[in-house]
Amino acid sequence: MSNTVIPFGPQHPVLPEPLHLKLVMQDETVLEAIPAIGYVHRGLEKLTETKEFTQNVFVVERICGICSFMHAQAYCQGIEELMNIQVPDRARYLRVIWAELHRIHSHLLWLGLLADAFGFESLFMQVWRNREKVMDIMEETAGSRVIISANTIGGTRRDISPEMLVKITVIVEEIREDLKQVESVFFNDYTVKHRLVGVGVLTRDVAYELGAVGPMARASGIKTDHRTTGYAAYGELDFEPVVENDGDCYARTVVRLKEVYQSISLIKQAIAKIPAGETSVPVKGFPNGEVISRVEQPRGEVLYYMRGNGTKNLERLRVRTPTFANIPTLLKMLPGSQLADVPVLILTVDPCISCTER
Amino acid sequence: MGIIDKARKKSPWIIHYDCTSCNGCDIETLACLTPLYDVERFGIINVGNPKHADVLVVTGSVNKRNVRVLKNLYNQMPDPKAVVAVGACACTGGIFSDCYNVYGGVNKVLPVDVYVPGCCPRPEAIIDGIVQAMDKLEGKARNMKHAASGKQPEAALQASTGNNNDGANT
Repeated sequence: MSNTVIPFGPQHPVLPEPLHLKLVMQDETVLEAIPAIGYVHRGLEKLTETKEFTQNVFVVERICGICSFMHAQAYCQGIEELMNIQVPDRARYLRVIWAELHRIHSHLLWLGLLADAFGFESLFMQVWRNREKVMDIMEETAGSRVIISANTIGGTRRDISPEMLVKITVIVEEIREDLKQVESVFFNDYTVKHRLVGVGVLTRDVAYELGAVGPMARASGIKTDHRTTGYAAYGELDFEPVVENDGDCYARTVVRLKEVYQSISLIKQAIAKIPAGETSVPVKGFPNGEVISRVEQPRGEVLYYMRGNGTKNLERLRVRTPTFANIPTLLKMLPGSQLADVPVLILTVDPCISCTER
Repeated sequence: MGIIDKARKKSPWIIHYDCTSCNGCDIETLACLTPLYDVERFGIINVGNPKHADVLVVTGSVNKRNVRVLKNLYNQMPDPKAVVAVGACACTGGIFSDCYNVYGGVNKVLPVDVYVPGCCPRPEAIIDGIVQAMDKLEGKARNMKHAASGKQPEAALQASTGNNNDGANT
Protein backbone atom coordinates (compact mmCIF):
# COMPACT_ATOMS: atom_id res chain seq x y z
CA MET A 1 0.00 0.00 0.00
CA SER A 2 1.32 3.45 -0.87
CA ASN A 3 2.05 6.06 1.74
CA THR A 4 -0.32 8.88 2.60
CA VAL A 5 0.70 12.36 3.72
CA ILE A 6 -1.52 13.92 6.37
CA PRO A 7 -1.07 17.59 7.23
CA PHE A 8 -1.22 18.16 10.99
CA GLY A 9 -1.88 21.81 11.75
CA PRO A 10 -1.31 24.75 11.51
CA GLN A 11 -4.89 25.05 12.75
CA HIS A 12 -5.65 22.01 14.87
CA PRO A 13 -8.10 21.59 17.77
CA VAL A 14 -5.52 20.06 20.11
CA LEU A 15 -2.97 22.84 19.72
CA PRO A 16 -3.71 26.43 20.62
CA GLU A 17 -0.67 27.30 18.51
CA PRO A 18 0.11 26.89 14.81
CA LEU A 19 2.59 24.03 14.54
CA HIS A 20 2.57 22.39 11.14
CA LEU A 21 3.73 18.80 10.64
CA LYS A 22 3.53 16.73 7.48
CA LEU A 23 2.96 13.17 8.66
CA VAL A 24 3.91 10.46 6.18
CA MET A 25 1.65 7.56 7.11
CA GLN A 26 1.38 3.89 6.30
CA ASP A 27 -2.06 2.79 7.47
CA GLU A 28 -2.22 4.16 11.01
CA THR A 29 1.52 4.25 11.65
CA VAL A 30 3.65 7.35 11.25
CA LEU A 31 6.69 6.74 9.06
CA GLU A 32 8.11 10.22 9.05
CA ALA A 33 7.27 13.65 10.45
CA ILE A 34 8.39 16.74 8.55
CA PRO A 35 8.01 19.99 10.50
CA ALA A 36 7.20 23.25 8.73
CA ILE A 37 7.58 26.31 10.88
CA GLY A 38 7.42 30.07 10.45
CA TYR A 39 3.74 30.74 11.18
CA VAL A 40 4.53 32.76 14.30
CA HIS A 41 7.75 34.40 13.17
CA ARG A 42 7.66 38.13 13.86
CA GLY A 43 11.30 39.17 13.92
CA LEU A 44 11.62 40.11 17.58
CA GLU A 45 15.40 39.81 17.72
CA LYS A 46 15.67 42.51 15.06
CA LEU A 47 13.11 44.64 16.88
CA THR A 48 15.21 44.64 20.06
CA GLU A 49 18.04 46.32 18.16
CA THR A 50 15.87 49.35 17.43
CA LYS A 51 14.56 49.77 20.98
CA GLU A 52 16.41 51.02 24.04
CA PHE A 53 17.81 48.33 26.32
CA THR A 54 15.39 49.30 29.08
CA GLN A 55 12.40 49.08 26.71
CA ASN A 56 13.50 45.63 25.58
CA VAL A 57 12.24 44.17 28.88
CA PHE A 58 8.72 44.67 27.57
CA VAL A 59 9.60 43.21 24.17
CA VAL A 60 11.17 40.01 25.52
CA GLU A 61 8.20 39.54 27.86
CA ARG A 62 6.09 39.17 24.75
CA ILE A 63 8.23 36.44 23.22
CA CYS A 64 5.98 34.07 25.11
CA GLY A 65 2.96 34.88 27.25
CA ILE A 66 3.12 31.71 29.33
CA CYS A 67 6.65 32.13 30.66
CA SER A 68 6.91 35.90 30.12
CA PHE A 69 8.33 36.55 33.59
CA MET A 70 11.25 34.18 33.05
CA HIS A 71 12.09 35.71 29.66
CA ALA A 72 12.32 39.13 31.29
CA GLN A 73 14.29 37.60 34.17
CA ALA A 74 16.87 36.08 31.82
CA TYR A 75 17.21 39.36 29.95
CA CYS A 76 17.50 41.48 33.11
CA GLN A 77 19.98 39.12 34.77
CA GLY A 78 22.17 39.25 31.66
CA ILE A 79 22.14 43.04 31.45
CA GLU A 80 22.78 43.30 35.20
CA GLU A 81 25.81 41.04 34.84
CA LEU A 82 27.04 43.16 31.93
CA MET A 83 26.67 46.43 33.85
CA ASN A 84 27.80 45.08 37.26
CA ILE A 85 24.55 45.90 39.00
CA GLN A 86 23.98 44.35 42.41
CA VAL A 87 20.29 43.48 42.65
CA PRO A 88 18.79 43.98 46.15
CA ASP A 89 18.17 40.76 48.08
CA ARG A 90 14.45 41.36 48.30
CA ALA A 91 14.21 41.60 44.50
CA ARG A 92 16.05 38.30 44.11
CA TYR A 93 13.51 36.57 46.34
CA LEU A 94 10.57 38.31 44.65
CA ARG A 95 11.86 37.01 41.32
CA VAL A 96 11.87 33.47 42.70
CA ILE A 97 8.29 33.82 43.98
CA TRP A 98 6.91 35.16 40.68
CA ALA A 99 8.96 32.74 38.58
CA GLU A 100 7.68 29.74 40.55
CA LEU A 101 4.11 31.03 40.31
CA HIS A 102 4.61 31.13 36.55
CA ARG A 103 5.94 27.58 36.63
CA ILE A 104 2.86 26.38 38.54
CA HIS A 105 0.50 28.08 36.10
CA SER A 106 2.39 26.77 33.08
CA HIS A 107 2.50 23.18 34.35
CA LEU A 108 -1.17 23.20 35.36
CA LEU A 109 -2.03 24.59 31.92
CA TRP A 110 -0.04 21.79 30.33
CA LEU A 111 -1.62 19.07 32.51
CA GLY A 112 -5.04 20.35 31.44
CA LEU A 113 -4.15 20.43 27.75
CA LEU A 114 -2.71 16.91 27.99
CA ALA A 115 -5.96 15.65 29.54
CA ASP A 116 -7.83 17.35 26.69
CA ALA A 117 -5.49 15.72 24.13
CA PHE A 118 -6.42 12.22 25.23
CA GLY A 119 -10.06 13.16 25.51
CA PHE A 120 -10.50 13.46 29.29
CA GLU A 121 -12.37 16.75 29.26
CA SER A 122 -13.54 16.84 32.87
CA LEU A 123 -9.94 16.47 34.04
CA PHE A 124 -8.95 19.37 31.77
CA MET A 125 -11.66 21.52 33.36
CA GLN A 126 -10.66 20.52 36.92
CA VAL A 127 -7.00 21.37 36.41
CA TRP A 128 -7.78 24.71 34.78
CA ARG A 129 -10.16 25.54 37.63
CA ASN A 130 -7.27 25.05 40.06
CA ARG A 131 -5.03 27.17 37.85
CA GLU A 132 -7.28 30.22 38.22
CA LYS A 133 -6.08 30.61 41.82
CA VAL A 134 -2.55 31.29 40.55
CA MET A 135 -3.90 33.79 38.03
CA ASP A 136 -5.69 35.57 40.88
CA ILE A 137 -2.41 35.89 42.80
CA MET A 138 -0.74 37.35 39.70
CA GLU A 139 -3.51 39.87 39.28
CA GLU A 140 -3.44 40.86 42.93
CA THR A 141 0.34 41.26 43.08
CA ALA A 142 1.07 42.71 39.64
CA GLY A 143 -2.21 44.01 38.23
CA SER A 144 -2.34 41.71 35.22
CA ARG A 145 -3.19 38.07 34.82
CA VAL A 146 -0.75 36.84 32.20
CA ILE A 147 1.98 39.30 31.24
CA ILE A 148 2.79 40.77 34.63
CA SER A 149 5.74 43.04 33.70
CA ALA A 150 7.20 42.87 37.20
CA ASN A 151 10.86 42.68 36.18
CA THR A 152 13.07 45.63 35.45
CA ILE A 153 16.81 46.03 35.06
CA GLY A 154 18.14 46.43 38.60
CA GLY A 155 15.36 44.60 40.43
CA THR A 156 11.58 44.42 40.30
CA ARG A 157 9.07 47.15 39.52
CA ARG A 158 6.73 46.13 42.30
CA ASP A 159 6.88 44.88 45.85
CA ILE A 160 4.64 42.28 47.48
CA SER A 161 3.24 43.42 50.84
CA PRO A 162 3.78 41.21 53.92
CA GLU A 163 0.01 40.57 54.16
CA MET A 164 -0.06 39.44 50.55
CA LEU A 165 2.91 37.13 51.18
CA VAL A 166 0.94 35.46 53.97
CA LYS A 167 -2.04 35.18 51.64
CA ILE A 168 0.10 33.58 48.94
CA THR A 169 1.27 30.94 51.44
CA VAL A 170 -2.36 30.09 52.19
CA ILE A 171 -3.38 29.99 48.51
CA VAL A 172 -0.48 27.77 47.36
CA GLU A 173 -1.41 25.39 50.17
CA GLU A 174 -4.97 25.32 48.76
CA ILE A 175 -3.54 24.58 45.32
CA ARG A 176 -1.62 21.67 46.81
CA GLU A 177 -4.83 20.29 48.35
CA ASP A 178 -6.71 20.70 45.05
CA LEU A 179 -3.94 19.03 43.12
CA LYS A 180 -3.86 16.08 45.54
CA GLN A 181 -7.40 15.25 44.40
CA VAL A 182 -6.52 15.42 40.70
CA GLU A 183 -3.21 13.64 41.22
CA SER A 184 -4.83 10.29 41.95
CA VAL A 185 -6.54 10.43 38.53
CA PHE A 186 -3.25 11.06 36.74
CA PHE A 187 -1.40 8.41 38.76
CA ASN A 188 -3.99 5.65 39.11
CA ASP A 189 -6.63 5.96 36.39
CA TYR A 190 -6.65 3.02 33.98
CA THR A 191 -7.54 5.13 30.91
CA VAL A 192 -4.87 7.73 31.59
CA LYS A 193 -2.22 5.06 32.07
CA HIS A 194 -3.37 3.25 28.94
CA ARG A 195 -2.78 6.38 26.85
CA LEU A 196 0.53 7.39 28.44
CA VAL A 197 2.54 4.43 29.72
CA GLY A 198 5.09 3.19 27.19
CA VAL A 199 4.15 5.84 24.58
CA GLY A 200 6.98 7.85 23.03
CA VAL A 201 9.85 6.31 24.97
CA LEU A 202 13.01 8.39 24.91
CA THR A 203 15.98 6.64 26.46
CA ARG A 204 18.56 8.51 28.49
CA ASP A 205 21.25 8.27 25.80
CA VAL A 206 18.99 9.45 22.98
CA ALA A 207 17.70 12.35 25.06
CA TYR A 208 21.26 13.32 25.90
CA GLU A 209 22.44 13.10 22.30
CA LEU A 210 19.56 15.19 21.00
CA GLY A 211 20.20 17.82 23.64
CA ALA A 212 16.83 17.64 25.39
CA VAL A 213 16.27 20.16 28.17
CA GLY A 214 13.90 20.65 31.07
CA PRO A 215 11.19 18.11 31.96
CA MET A 216 11.88 16.18 28.72
CA ALA A 217 15.45 15.46 29.87
CA ARG A 218 14.52 14.93 33.50
CA ALA A 219 11.85 12.35 32.57
CA SER A 220 14.56 10.38 30.74
CA GLY A 221 16.79 10.24 33.80
CA ILE A 222 19.08 13.19 33.10
CA LYS A 223 19.49 15.22 36.27
CA THR A 224 19.62 18.68 34.73
CA ASP A 225 18.03 21.79 36.17
CA HIS A 226 19.58 25.18 35.72
CA ARG A 227 18.11 26.39 39.01
CA THR A 228 20.68 24.25 40.84
CA THR A 229 23.37 26.73 39.75
CA GLY A 230 21.77 29.15 42.20
CA TYR A 231 20.81 32.20 40.12
CA ALA A 232 18.40 34.71 41.74
CA ALA A 233 17.83 33.28 45.24
CA TYR A 234 17.73 29.59 44.29
CA GLY A 235 21.14 29.01 45.88
CA GLU A 236 19.67 29.75 49.31
CA LEU A 237 16.66 27.47 48.91
CA ASP A 238 16.49 23.73 49.39
CA PHE A 239 15.36 21.63 46.40
CA GLU A 240 16.36 18.66 44.26
CA PRO A 241 15.57 18.26 40.55
CA VAL A 242 12.64 15.89 39.93
CA VAL A 243 13.96 12.94 37.92
CA GLU A 244 12.10 9.95 36.45
CA ASN A 245 13.76 7.14 34.53
CA ASP A 246 11.13 5.65 32.19
CA GLY A 247 11.31 8.35 29.51
CA ASP A 248 7.72 7.84 28.30
CA CYS A 249 4.75 10.23 28.25
CA TYR A 250 3.71 9.02 31.69
CA ALA A 251 7.12 9.85 33.18
CA ARG A 252 6.94 13.34 31.70
CA THR A 253 3.51 13.84 33.24
CA VAL A 254 4.80 12.68 36.62
CA VAL A 255 7.79 15.02 36.41
CA ARG A 256 5.62 18.04 35.70
CA LEU A 257 3.10 17.13 38.40
CA LYS A 258 5.84 16.74 40.99
CA GLU A 259 7.42 20.00 39.88
CA VAL A 260 4.24 21.81 40.82
CA TYR A 261 4.71 20.53 44.39
CA GLN A 262 8.36 21.52 44.21
CA SER A 263 7.41 25.05 43.14
CA ILE A 264 4.91 25.31 45.99
CA SER A 265 7.66 24.31 48.41
CA LEU A 266 10.08 26.83 46.85
CA ILE A 267 7.53 29.65 47.13
CA LYS A 268 6.94 28.85 50.80
CA GLN A 269 10.69 28.72 51.52
CA ALA A 270 11.24 32.02 49.71
CA ILE A 271 8.40 33.69 51.62
CA ALA A 272 9.86 32.44 54.92
CA LYS A 273 13.33 33.77 54.09
CA ILE A 274 12.55 36.99 52.18
CA PRO A 275 14.50 39.95 53.65
CA ALA A 276 13.15 43.50 53.99
CA GLY A 277 14.58 46.35 51.96
CA GLU A 278 14.56 47.98 48.54
CA THR A 279 13.25 46.20 45.46
CA SER A 280 15.37 47.92 42.81
CA VAL A 281 18.49 50.00 42.34
CA PRO A 282 18.88 52.86 39.83
CA VAL A 283 20.64 52.05 36.58
CA LYS A 284 23.31 54.36 35.14
CA GLY A 285 25.22 54.01 31.90
CA PHE A 286 24.80 51.68 28.95
CA PRO A 287 25.67 47.99 28.49
CA ASN A 288 29.01 47.27 26.90
CA GLY A 289 30.45 43.85 26.06
CA GLU A 290 28.82 40.46 25.61
CA VAL A 291 27.17 38.05 28.01
CA ILE A 292 25.26 34.78 28.12
CA SER A 293 22.41 34.47 30.58
CA ARG A 294 20.50 31.27 31.35
CA VAL A 295 17.29 30.65 33.25
CA GLU A 296 15.27 27.48 33.86
CA GLN A 297 11.82 27.97 32.35
CA PRO A 298 8.86 25.60 32.78
CA ARG A 299 9.85 23.96 29.46
CA GLY A 300 13.59 23.87 30.14
CA GLU A 301 16.58 26.07 29.96
CA VAL A 302 16.45 29.34 27.99
CA LEU A 303 19.67 30.94 26.80
CA TYR A 304 20.10 34.65 26.10
CA TYR A 305 23.10 36.04 24.29
CA MET A 306 23.48 39.83 24.43
CA ARG A 307 26.05 42.15 22.97
CA GLY A 308 26.13 45.85 23.81
CA ASN A 309 28.39 48.54 22.35
CA GLY A 310 28.12 51.29 24.97
CA THR A 311 25.04 52.90 23.40
CA LYS A 312 21.42 52.73 24.47
CA ASN A 313 20.67 50.08 21.83
CA LEU A 314 21.92 46.51 21.95
CA GLU A 315 23.96 45.36 19.00
CA ARG A 316 22.59 41.82 19.09
CA LEU A 317 20.14 39.78 21.14
CA ARG A 318 19.85 36.06 20.52
CA VAL A 319 17.47 33.70 22.27
CA ARG A 320 17.68 29.90 22.29
CA THR A 321 14.40 28.67 23.69
CA PRO A 322 13.73 25.29 25.33
CA THR A 323 11.20 24.17 22.70
CA PHE A 324 13.80 24.67 19.98
CA ALA A 325 16.06 22.24 21.85
CA ASN A 326 13.21 19.76 22.33
CA ILE A 327 11.83 19.61 18.78
CA PRO A 328 14.48 17.06 17.66
CA THR A 329 13.27 14.70 20.39
CA LEU A 330 9.72 15.07 19.05
CA LEU A 331 10.86 14.16 15.54
CA LYS A 332 12.62 11.14 17.02
CA MET A 333 9.51 9.97 18.92
CA LEU A 334 6.93 10.37 16.14
CA PRO A 335 8.13 7.76 13.57
CA GLY A 336 6.62 4.39 14.49
CA SER A 337 3.85 5.83 16.63
CA GLN A 338 0.12 5.52 15.98
CA LEU A 339 -1.80 8.46 14.50
CA ALA A 340 -4.05 8.58 17.58
CA ASP A 341 -1.00 9.11 19.79
CA VAL A 342 0.38 12.01 17.75
CA PRO A 343 -1.47 14.79 19.67
CA VAL A 344 -0.33 13.33 23.01
CA LEU A 345 3.27 13.03 21.79
CA ILE A 346 3.32 16.59 20.52
CA LEU A 347 1.90 17.85 23.79
CA THR A 348 4.38 15.98 25.99
CA VAL A 349 7.12 18.15 24.50
CA ASP A 350 5.07 21.12 25.78
CA PRO A 351 5.73 23.01 22.55
CA CYS A 352 5.81 26.77 22.74
CA ILE A 353 5.87 27.84 19.12
CA SER A 354 5.84 31.57 19.76
CA CYS A 355 9.01 31.13 21.84
CA THR A 356 10.69 29.05 19.16
CA GLU A 357 9.92 31.25 16.19
CA ARG A 358 9.85 34.64 17.92
CA MET B 1 -37.66 33.11 13.88
CA GLY B 2 -36.69 29.79 12.37
CA ILE B 3 -34.77 27.15 14.21
CA ILE B 4 -31.47 28.04 12.50
CA ASP B 5 -31.77 31.72 13.45
CA LYS B 6 -32.57 30.74 17.01
CA ALA B 7 -29.64 28.35 17.26
CA ARG B 8 -27.27 30.94 15.84
CA LYS B 9 -28.38 33.54 18.34
CA LYS B 10 -28.51 31.25 21.34
CA SER B 11 -25.42 29.23 20.57
CA PRO B 12 -22.69 30.81 18.45
CA TRP B 13 -19.82 28.43 17.80
CA ILE B 14 -16.38 29.93 17.71
CA ILE B 15 -13.18 28.91 15.97
CA HIS B 16 -9.93 30.21 17.39
CA TYR B 17 -6.84 30.85 15.29
CA ASP B 18 -3.51 32.02 16.67
CA CYS B 19 -1.72 34.17 14.09
CA THR B 20 1.47 35.43 15.71
CA SER B 21 0.22 35.82 19.23
CA CYS B 22 2.59 35.39 22.17
CA ASN B 23 0.15 32.83 23.69
CA GLY B 24 -1.06 35.33 26.26
CA CYS B 25 -4.35 35.99 24.45
CA ASP B 26 -4.67 32.29 23.55
CA ILE B 27 -4.54 31.10 27.12
CA GLU B 28 -7.01 33.81 28.10
CA THR B 29 -9.33 32.69 25.28
CA LEU B 30 -8.99 29.13 26.56
CA ALA B 31 -9.58 30.33 30.11
CA CYS B 32 -12.99 31.61 28.93
CA LEU B 33 -13.98 28.00 28.24
CA THR B 34 -12.98 26.67 31.65
CA PRO B 35 -15.10 26.56 34.81
CA LEU B 36 -14.49 30.04 36.25
CA TYR B 37 -15.70 31.93 33.15
CA ASP B 38 -17.48 29.03 31.44
CA VAL B 39 -18.83 30.51 28.21
CA GLU B 40 -20.65 27.27 27.52
CA ARG B 41 -23.43 28.60 29.73
CA PHE B 42 -24.14 31.04 26.85
CA GLY B 43 -23.99 28.16 24.39
CA ILE B 44 -20.58 29.24 23.08
CA ILE B 45 -18.51 26.23 22.04
CA ASN B 46 -14.98 26.18 20.67
CA VAL B 47 -14.89 24.02 17.55
CA GLY B 48 -11.97 22.86 15.42
CA ASN B 49 -13.72 22.86 12.07
CA PRO B 50 -14.26 26.22 10.32
CA LYS B 51 -17.30 24.79 8.50
CA HIS B 52 -19.12 24.54 11.83
CA ALA B 53 -18.18 27.98 13.14
CA ASP B 54 -20.04 31.29 13.26
CA VAL B 55 -17.38 33.49 14.86
CA LEU B 56 -13.67 33.58 14.03
CA VAL B 57 -11.60 34.62 17.04
CA VAL B 58 -8.15 35.77 15.92
CA THR B 59 -5.27 36.50 18.27
CA GLY B 60 -2.00 38.04 17.18
CA SER B 61 -0.99 40.04 14.14
CA VAL B 62 -0.82 38.84 10.56
CA ASN B 63 2.48 37.84 8.95
CA LYS B 64 3.51 36.70 5.50
CA ARG B 65 3.19 33.00 6.23
CA ASN B 66 -0.08 32.77 8.12
CA VAL B 67 -2.12 35.18 5.97
CA ARG B 68 -3.04 32.34 3.60
CA VAL B 69 -4.13 30.08 6.46
CA LEU B 70 -6.23 32.84 7.98
CA LYS B 71 -7.95 33.61 4.67
CA ASN B 72 -8.59 29.90 4.08
CA LEU B 73 -10.24 29.56 7.46
CA TYR B 74 -12.41 32.61 6.86
CA ASN B 75 -13.45 31.49 3.38
CA GLN B 76 -14.44 28.06 4.67
CA MET B 77 -16.84 29.49 7.24
CA PRO B 78 -20.49 29.60 6.14
CA ASP B 79 -22.33 32.94 6.00
CA PRO B 80 -23.26 34.83 8.12
CA LYS B 81 -19.95 35.04 9.94
CA ALA B 82 -18.18 37.49 12.23
CA VAL B 83 -14.53 38.15 13.05
CA VAL B 84 -13.36 39.13 16.53
CA ALA B 85 -9.81 40.49 16.86
CA VAL B 86 -8.56 39.71 20.38
CA GLY B 87 -5.62 41.63 21.82
CA ALA B 88 -3.55 44.65 20.88
CA CYS B 89 -1.60 42.71 18.23
CA ALA B 90 -4.74 41.53 16.44
CA CYS B 91 -6.19 45.06 16.54
CA THR B 92 -3.20 47.03 15.25
CA GLY B 93 -0.04 44.91 15.38
CA GLY B 94 0.68 46.17 18.89
CA ILE B 95 4.25 45.96 20.12
CA PHE B 96 5.15 43.92 17.01
CA SER B 97 3.91 46.48 14.48
CA ASP B 98 7.51 47.57 13.72
CA CYS B 99 8.75 44.02 13.13
CA TYR B 100 9.90 43.21 9.59
CA ASN B 101 7.71 40.13 9.24
CA VAL B 102 4.46 41.64 10.53
CA TYR B 103 1.82 43.18 8.24
CA GLY B 104 -0.20 44.68 11.08
CA GLY B 105 -3.63 44.01 12.52
CA VAL B 106 -6.11 41.44 11.27
CA ASN B 107 -8.11 44.20 9.54
CA LYS B 108 -5.41 44.32 6.86
CA VAL B 109 -6.74 41.06 5.41
CA LEU B 110 -10.20 40.37 6.88
CA PRO B 111 -13.23 42.54 7.69
CA VAL B 112 -13.10 42.70 11.48
CA ASP B 113 -16.41 43.16 13.31
CA VAL B 114 -15.32 43.54 16.92
CA TYR B 115 -12.00 44.73 18.34
CA VAL B 116 -11.03 43.61 21.87
CA PRO B 117 -8.06 45.70 23.01
CA GLY B 118 -5.66 44.80 25.82
CA CYS B 119 -2.38 43.01 26.32
CA CYS B 120 -3.71 40.54 27.21
CA PRO B 121 -7.42 41.30 27.37
CA ARG B 122 -9.16 39.84 30.40
CA PRO B 123 -11.49 36.88 29.79
CA GLU B 124 -14.45 39.13 30.64
CA ALA B 125 -13.47 41.45 27.78
CA ILE B 126 -13.17 38.54 25.35
CA ILE B 127 -16.60 37.24 26.37
CA ASP B 128 -18.04 40.74 25.88
CA GLY B 129 -16.44 40.88 22.42
CA ILE B 130 -18.08 37.60 21.41
CA VAL B 131 -21.45 38.74 22.76
CA GLN B 132 -21.17 41.90 20.62
CA ALA B 133 -20.25 39.73 17.64
CA MET B 134 -23.54 37.86 18.18
CA ASP B 135 -25.47 41.10 17.58
CA LYS B 136 -23.50 41.67 14.40
CA LEU B 137 -24.28 38.12 13.29
CA GLU B 138 -27.98 38.76 13.77
CA GLY B 139 -27.78 41.89 11.63
CA LYS B 140 -25.92 40.03 8.92
CA ALA B 141 -28.43 37.16 8.97
CA ARG B 142 -31.28 39.69 8.58
CA ASN B 143 -29.50 41.31 5.63
CA MET B 144 -28.99 37.94 3.95
CA LYS B 145 -32.67 37.15 4.31
CA HIS B 146 -33.74 40.45 2.79
CA ALA B 147 -31.23 40.09 -0.01
CA ALA B 148 -32.67 36.65 -0.77
CA SER B 149 -36.24 37.97 -0.81
CA GLY B 150 -35.15 40.91 -3.01
CA LYS B 151 -36.25 43.81 -0.76
CA GLN B 152 -34.07 46.06 1.41
CA PRO B 153 -36.00 47.62 4.32
CA GLU B 154 -34.56 50.66 6.07
CA ALA B 155 -33.64 48.85 9.28
CA ALA B 156 -31.56 46.29 7.45
CA LEU B 157 -29.77 49.00 5.49
CA GLN B 158 -28.84 50.77 8.71
CA ALA B 159 -27.56 47.57 10.27
CA SER B 160 -25.43 46.81 7.23
CA THR B 161 -23.60 50.16 7.23
CA GLY B 162 -21.89 49.48 10.54
CA ASN B 163 -20.97 45.93 9.63
CA ASN B 164 -17.96 46.37 7.45
CA ASN B 165 -14.36 47.22 8.22
CA ASP B 166 -14.89 49.69 11.04
CA GLY B 167 -16.57 47.65 13.75
CA ALA B 168 -17.41 48.79 17.24
CA ASN B 169 -14.76 48.95 19.89
CA THR B 170 -15.43 47.10 23.09
